[in-house]
This record gives sequence, structure tokens and C-alpha cells, in this order.
Amino acid sequence: MGAKHFGARVQRIEDPALLQGKGRFVDDVKIPGTLHACFLRSPYAHARLRSIDASRALALDGVIAVFTSADMPERMQRERMPMLVPNAAIAALRTQHALAVEEICYVGQTVAVVIARSRYIAEDALALIDADYEALPAVSDLKSAIAPGAPVAHADLPNNIASDFKMEYGDVDGAFARAPHVFEESLWQHRGGGMAMETRAVLASHDSASDLLTIWTGSQTPHIGRRMLSDMLDRHIESIRCIAPDVGGGFGPKAIFYAEEAVIAACALKLGQPVKWIEDRREHFICATQERDQYWDVAIAVDDHGKILGVRGALLHDTGAFVPWGIIMPYIAAATMPGPYVIPAYRLNVRVALSNKVATTPVRGAGRPQAVFAMERLLDRVARELNIDRAELRRRNFIQPEQMPYSVGLTFRDGKPLIYDSGDYPKGQSEALRISEYDSFEERRKAARAKGRHIGIGLANYVEGTGLGPFEGVTVRVLQSGKVAVATGATQQGQGTRTTLSQIVADSVGCRLEDIVITVGDTAAIANGVGAFASRQAVNAGSSAQIAGTNVRKQIVALAAQALGVAPDDIDIADGEVMARTGNKPVLTFGELARMSQGMPGFSMQPGQTAGLENTAYFTPPQAAYCSGTHVAEVEVDLVTGGVKILNYSVAHDAGNIINPLIVDGQVQGGVAHGIGNALFEWMQYDDAGQPLTTSFADYLIPMAGDVPSCKIAHVETPSPLNPIGVKGAGEGGTIPAPAAIISAIEDALKEFGVHVTDTPLTPGRLVELLTAAGAYDELAFG
Amino acid sequence: MGKQKVTLRVNGVSYEREIDPRMTLGDFLRHEIGLTGTHLGCEHGVCGACTVLINGLSGRSCLAFAVQEDGSEITTVEALAENGELNILQQCFQEHHALQCGYCTPGMLMTLTELLRDNPKPSEKLVRDTLGGNLCRCTGYAAIVDAALDAAQRLAAAREA
Ligand code: FES
Ligand code: FES
Repeated sequence: MGAKHFGARVQRIEDPALLQGKGRFVDDVKIPGTLHACFLRSPYAHARLRSIDASRALALDGVIAVFTSADMPERMQRERMPMLVPNAAIAALRTQHALAVEEICYVGQTVAVVIARSRYIAEDALALIDADYEALPAVSDLKSAIAPGAPVAHADLPNNIASDFKMEYGDVDGAFARAPHVFEESLWQHRGGGMAMETRAVLASHDSASDLLTIWTGSQTPHIGRRMLSDMLDRHIESIRCIAPDVGGGFGPKAIFYAEEAVIAACALKLGQPVKWIEDRREHFICATQERDQYWDVAIAVDDHGKILGVRGALLHDTGAFVPWGIIMPYIAAATMPGPYVIPAYRLNVRVALSNKVATTPVRGAGRPQAVFAMERLLDRVARELNIDRAELRRRNFIQPEQMPYSVGLTFRDGKPLIYDSGDYPKGQSEALRISEYDSFEERRKAARAKGRHIGIGLANYVEGTGLGPFEGVTVRVLQSGKVAVATGATQQGQGTRTTLSQIVADSVGCRLEDIVITVGDTAAIANGVGAFASRQAVNAGSSAQIAGTNVRKQIVALAAQALGVAPDDIDIADGEVMARTGNKPVLTFGELARMSQGMPGFSMQPGQTAGLENTAYFTPPQAAYCSGTHVAEVEVDLVTGGVKILNYSVAHDAGNIINPLIVDGQVQGGVAHGIGNALFEWMQYDDAGQPLTTSFADYLIPMAGDVPSCKIAHVETPSPLNPIGVKGAGEGGTIPAPAAIISAIEDALKEFGVHVTDTPLTPGRLVELLTAAGAYDELAFG
Repeated sequence: MGKQKVTLRVNGVSYEREIDPRMTLGDFLRHEIGLTGTHLGCEHGVCGACTVLINGLSGRSCLAFAVQEDGSEITTVEALAENGELNILQQCFQEHHALQCGYCTPGMLMTLTELLRDNPKPSEKLVRDTLGGNLCRCTGYAAIVDAALDAAQRLAAAREA
């Protein structure tokens, strides 16, 4: 007994189906009679919709309907989309209508929907709709959005400021006034996307016999989606079922409840036929939410030894045209910047600006990569100016393990004081330095330089609040077949949720992994659920699985003890069998006990006996669990092309106790790949009129197999004291410090030229520009 | 638009259908004959999720019209498992955790099936270069490369045995 599966490199139970092409993604779900939808989207970043004439489209054979806002349920016409995380600090509290009512605020905003017999015909019909728009001045770039006299993103608002707030503690100005050294940096990080390989997808079907509306949606948060639909459709929540079946990647943008989901559901109800919408990639580029556009103007005050005395500055965050996820991201960014360092005084003035671009909401990292970039760029600057080794400088400033739990002095996004629950930052960094062979890098540099190659090394540290509330639930039930059913509101977009929860339940109940039947992402399976974001499922659902499993085990022991006539202490459970340790060691199977737990028709239950072997637990974390880590990147820069090759990448990662190292390593490696994309490739570009310019994978590059090295990974496990299994989140840590580490390494590779990098992505063209400005080519003879 | 008759052999089974000439091969597989294992990630020829073998050569089913392939032999991910047992490449994918969401996986498997058939002992560089036509957003590729190299070795051992 004991932990058999927890902590083991258990192979995923998800894999056999997915490997054989037997996965069930939304577009794999086929219901006879399904109609297909396509959305008419605004070609303007800012416009007034004057009129829509769909007569030519409706005349096309196979077109069933063209709906505009006026055809939607009354609530959807009148009210805007619900805001998911409202906050008093938001001045422009605004989301979009499901279908445009009058003003349009970004290219791609939903204007009308075509329903046809096939997706091909629906797309044909789009081209036949005559929509008349009055173009309005648009604001695209974030900095110009806040300049005096800028066009306004929304015609009725006085300016483009969605929110202004401040995060601070300590005597910041005093610290700066007294400091012997102050350094400033102005930084920018791009706008990019989640870019899951499966685009968004919705299928809605209303069953008139049961009056049940079922929505299959490629969502990270089906329970939240059901609540939204209930509000918008004015429908009882029990008459709606949301299913997130297999979902082909999430990374944040699929945590949002979208206009398209509401519209497709409304269409299915209105037409009495199933309706399916499969987003195409171009739509995903222009309409799925994005992230990262932030400008940071920050300064650091240090003493002669590089000890931090204070950090202050301003953050300008682009929320796009709307604020569906509130101001969570800039808030997280501001709270993340102090990281693993002792910073006596800190102040960040945060301004959130509106622009005529699709809204920004969390993408893997959620504001943290930018914050870490800002902090680590400042530290690299200090190291250079004071001539201190970059790792040594960080070592001097770390919060020490004995200072845990450590109160930073801020309030985190969960409304709780920002208190790091556990962690060993010095150890994390020394592990990363060890596996990256940081100490012998100068020899490698010399050898490379002798061959005319420019290589460099860089590092970055981070602390990440994970496992956020409110809760996640797990039901564990022993079936009369002897199988163990597990249901949860947690969802799966590749994280291996089914496997990790099954591991926990198998151990806590005492059954084999293959006896578990698990349902995730289905509102019919469990009453309450939240879903996947903020690296929260291992903490929340994992803990609930442990609690529910342990409770069911107690029920099993009590019932078996009674049935076998032995004391509960004399019961053993293994592999779904229950045996008495005494007498002739009689055995009962889980199936037999499950049947007994049903009682006998007409007879009373035994005193103390519960109906069924079943328990539901909703673990609610008291606050975030803080994971941390150090990344070390070693890169080579090709001076001629500006190309960067990542030679080695090392990660030391503290995600608390690890349920499944195979899966956590995969999360880290995949997260790093995303971070490499942010550092070097991914850049969602817009022109001055707010027109998106990068709308295919040929224009917007995500890392390929040749761009991402196989990471060396070291696990530092400091268990979180805040949950019964001691875990922390692991889904985003791979991404968060990667741009900072990579840019640090590039600067290091080019230090002889004094190239200073302040923005990402650092594309080859941009790097050549920087090298040119630094005079690198003046001395090089290229023939 | 007149319908056109096509006959395709898919995974050894012949399918004859009257279809729109503009129907892509990917949509034909997924929606005409119900083989939804082949996935569409971009529908513009870059991501490789839709990769199938067309007369033994990897091709992007989002870029071909089904009528162009009239008479062709198509192999999809559904053909890889033998009698419900994962084949060696599939087993290696599971053991190395070479898939997370599984959306890119069918394309990866088909690309690698071709590679390992034509290059029984590929170098890591060749594997990575070959996978350059298949995007994966989840895994960061490392485990996919490991799985391919491991499968090459195990296939070689199986051939010798
Ligand atoms: S779907 Fe064919 S290449 Fe992306
Ligand atoms: S496993 Fe998700 S895209 Fe590759």
C-alpha cells in the first residue's frame, strides 16, 4: 500500500486513443442534421455598422439563415458579454456584444452569422452579405493610444484609459534618493497568441424531448461557459450541458467565454437543429484573445555590492478593445516583478489602455514573462555596470529558504497578501548553474571564439503564484462493476489531467489505474467546476481527488469491516480488493461492496452506513502556492544573418511534490518552447489602422523542431504546505523566464559589441539592426 | 457546381463518392468517410497536422482536393495500430510522452512513418529537419524526437529478430 502511483513516471491513459486517431475533438463529434456556421467579421478596426443586407446570401442554395444581433435572444441584444473577473479598478468596464449592435471596435469582431448546409457554402455566403460600415478613426499602437488627442477606441469614452492603479510598499523614493547607483530601462514585449493547434470549435444541439441544450466546446472552462450561457440565453442552468471533450491545446485563450459560443448555442435553439462552428486559423489569429503587449519604464536602486534597495517604474498594458478578463494580467505582472529577490521598497504605476485590437487575456504566463523580463533585465544591467557576475548578483539578493513563508508586501490577484508559501531559490539557481555547466562556460566561449563563433550564456529567475482558487471538485464513486468512477470540473487540453487525477485516486482508494473511469470537462459529471487556468488544476483538483479518495476508502473500510465481522484496523485494501488480515483472510471485491452499499429494497441501512461508496470533495486553497525556478540559456548568434540558435537550455524547477515527472517534464519542455517563441519569433503585428498583418503560420512563426533544444531539467521539490498533496502548478513556469534568459544570453554573446536588447521578439532583422547600430559590421569584412 | 465521382483507397478500403470538386482531401477523410483521426490545424499548408500518406508519400490533406487523388492509395493514422495494438512508433510516443493534447500527433506519426521507412537509422538532425513541417504547440518537440529515435532502434531490432 501507500504511494504506488503518486510520484511515478506513469504513462498517460489518454494516449492510446489519441495515438490511434480515436480522440474525440469537437469537430469529430457528428450529429445527423448538423448545420454549419461562419461568422461575418468586421473588416474595420473601428467603425459604425450602418446596415446589413443579406438577401444575396440568402438566395444561395444551401444557406439556411443569416442572423444579426436583432435575431438573437433579447438578453444578447440588450446586454454585453459578461465580464469574467470584474474589478473596481476598471474605469472602462466593457465587453463586446455577442453580435455587433452598432459600434465595432476591432478587426474581426462578430457582426453576423451565416448558417448553411456545409461550411463551404457558409463561407461562400459570407462574401455575398452586403454590410455597410462607417469607418471611424482607430487607435492601434499602445503608446499613441494614451497620447493627448489620440482617437478613442470607443466613441463614447473620454480617453483610452481603462484603468490606473498602483502597487507599492516601502519607502521607494527614500531608497532611490539614498542609493549610490540607479539604473533605468525602457522595455517592450510583443503581442502574441496562445496558438493551440486546434482552433476554437463549438457544436450546439438542443434535444426537444428532454429540453437539454448540449454544447461541445473547445474550452478550458466549460462550467463557467454553462453559467454564461444560462445568463445570456435566459435558460435554467440545469437545462444546459457543456462538454469540453478532447481539446487540442489551451494555453489561456480558451479560458475565455466567447461571443461565438453564445451565438452558436442561440442559433441551435432558434433553428431546432444542431449547429457547428469550426474556427479557421485566420479567425484564430484575429479573434482569439492574445497577450503580452506591455511597455515597462523601470529603475533599480542598488548599493555598491549590488544589493537591491528599491525598484520603481511604470507599466503600460494593452488590453485591446475590451476587458473580458478584467485587469488580471497587468495586476499579475505588477505582483510578479519582485520575484525571488529581497526588494525593500517597490512601486509600480500601472496604466491599462484600450486600443482597437482584439482583447488581451492570459496566455501561458499571464503577465509574468513580461515582469520577469523587466526584473531580470534590470539585474543584468546592474551586473554589467558594477562588474559583478550575473549569477552572483542574483545570489546576493535572494530571499533565503529560512525566510519562508515570506511576505512580499503586496496583495496578489487572489486578494490575499502576497506570501510565498515555500521555496529554496538559492538552491534552484545553483542546480540550474550546475546542470548548465555555467562555471565552465568561459572555456566554451573561448573555444567558440577561436573558431569565429559568438556564443553567450544567460539566466533568469522567477516566482509564480499557481493553484489559484476558488476551488475544483472531484467525485469518487465505486461502481458495482468494481470500477472506480472519477468526475471532475477540471479540464484537459493536453496536461494529462486524467492520468494525474487517476494516479491520486488509485493510491488513495486502493485500486489499479486501469480500473478508473474518469470524466473531465463535462458539466453533467459534477455540479460545480471552474477549469484550467493559472496552473491551478494539480493543486485544486489533485487535492480534491486525494480528499475524496481518502473518504471513499474510509467508507469501504467501514462497510467491509462490518460485512467481514472484523475491526476496521484489520482491513487491508489493494488493487480493488478488500481483505481481512485475520481469520481465514476473507476477501471482498470493490464491486461486491458497492452492491452492498446500495442496501436492500425496503430494509433500513445499517447504522452509520452511507448510501453508495461515494464522496465529492471541493478543495479550496487558502491562497496561491508559489512555484519558482531558474532557467539558463546558452546561445549562438550568427552575426551575418542575425539568427540565434539555442545550444543548450537548462531548467531547475520547483513545482512542489511532483505527481508525475513524465508529465511535468513535458510541461516544462513545452513551456520553454513557447518562451522561445516569445523571445525570438512570435509577433502579432498590426498596422496603424489596427489591421492585423500576421494572420497565418507563414507570417507569425511559432518554434519548430529545429528551434527548440531538448532541455536539461532538474527538479527542486519544496512541498507546498497549503494543500494536502504538497503540489504547486507546473504549466506555465517553462514559459515565464525564457525570454529573459535567452535575451540575456544573446547580449552576452554580443558583449564585445555592447549590444543592448530591450524588446522581444528579437527577430533576425531586429538583431541585425542592433548590431549595425552598435557598429558591429564596421570592423567585419564581409568581402 | 456539379458533383464529381471519385474512388479513393483509404487504409486498404475502397470508397466511391460523389463530391464537390472543391472538397479537400482532409475534409473528405474526416467528413465524407468519417476518419476523424486526421486533424486540420491551419488549413493553409503550414502546420502539418493534416499529413497523410498519398501513394506512400507524405502529403498535406488540407492542400489537396479529393478529386485530384482519384485512384490514389491513402494511408491515415487509423491504419497504424495492428489489431488494436499500438505499433512500435506509437508505443514510443506513449513511453516518451511525445504527445500532450494529441492534436498534432496524427500528422507527426505519418511524417515519421515515412521517415523511418525510408531512413531506418536517421540522425537526430534528420529527425528534427523532417519534423520542420509539423508544428506542435504543446511538447516542445524533445519527446517526439526521442520517440522517433527510439522507434528507429526498436524497428531495427525487430527486423533483425
Ligand atoms: S491543416 Fe494542413 S498543413 Fe495545417
Ligand atoms: S501535442 Fe498538442 S500540438 Fe502537439
